[in-house]
Amino acid sequence: MALIVVDVMPKAEILDPQGKAVTRALARLGHGAVGDVRVGKRFELQVDGPVTDALLAEVREVADEVLANTVIEDVVDIHVVDEAAQESSL
Amino acid sequence: MRVGVITFPGTLDDRDAQRAVRLAGHEAVALWHGEHDLHGVDALVLPGGFSYGDYLRCGAIAARSPIMTEVVEAAERGMPVLGICNGFQMLTEARLLPGGLVRNQTGVFVRRDQVLRVERTSTDWTNRFDEGQEIVIPLKNGEGRFVATPEEIARIEDEGLVVFRYVGDDPNGSVDAIAGLANAAGNVVGLMPHPEHAVELGFGPTTTRMKSGLDGLDIFKSALERIAA
Repeated sequence: MALIVVDVMPKAEILDPQGKAVTRALARLGHGAVGDVRVGKRFELQVDGPVTDALLAEVREVADEVLANTVIEDVVDIHVVDEAAQESSL
Repeated sequence: MRVGVITFPGTLDDRDAQRAVRLAGHEAVALWHGEHDLHGVDALVLPGGFSYGDYLRCGAIAARSPIMTEVVEAAERGMPVLGICNGFQMLTEARLLPGGLVRNQTGVFVRRDQVLRVERTSTDWTNRFDEGQEIVIPLKNGEGRFVATPEEIARIEDEGLVVFRYVGDDPNGSVDAIAGLANAAGNVVGLMPHPEHAVELGFGPTTTRMKSGLDGLDIFKSALERIAA
């Protein structure tokens, strides 16, 4: 078994209202060292079989077509986490 | 004329949209998201609500439900399609309209009677208005902020796709105060405010800058006149 992790972030040129709210809250709490905060999403896709190139291509398509709305978001990373929890970035 | 109103899991303004269609003088046909059948309707309304809990992104899962295959085909053939609020979000997710809708700039849910300026009357849903006319339509949303990349906004403005703009304070913080859009052909229109809530005397907006409270009715009548023509 493996996990395929897909990270999605709002596009840099599109304002991120969630990130702005967190930024303001952190400033209010006195964490002046933290500048801008952006909030994204992490998807964990569990797969039972082997992680083949074909499967990764399929996941890439799912990420672009469903998990992210590429009009307003970017898929910033797709990587596999194996059973031993050793992450290998693609 | 027969106008289909699609119900998705979590839709809550489908009955109001059906009533608006009937008050506009035509037959409302209830359609279900899980079917692949438009029951021979002449136009479609995607009503507001919170389909699929608005999980993933507002309208994202609904935009990939079974009936949307037929909706996209019909829209591309030129059938009038109106998306209201969550329905507008679905139309952007289905790529029938450009851009996307995200959390309001203020971070809070906004509900109020909203003044809109009609920017484009060459659509199936706004042909009864005058260009520049101001109308009052109730607005209620938490994710109504229209966004797109600067290049996409430039294209939207150049091609005249903006149908409605907020007048006065922008309730959502939308780019260019955009409240509603059409596709280039003008058959597909989406807007965040709710015209189906301004179709009957005594139930529509009656507060400041009061008009008749019936401004929403002309949106529903517009499409039907176009079909009849």
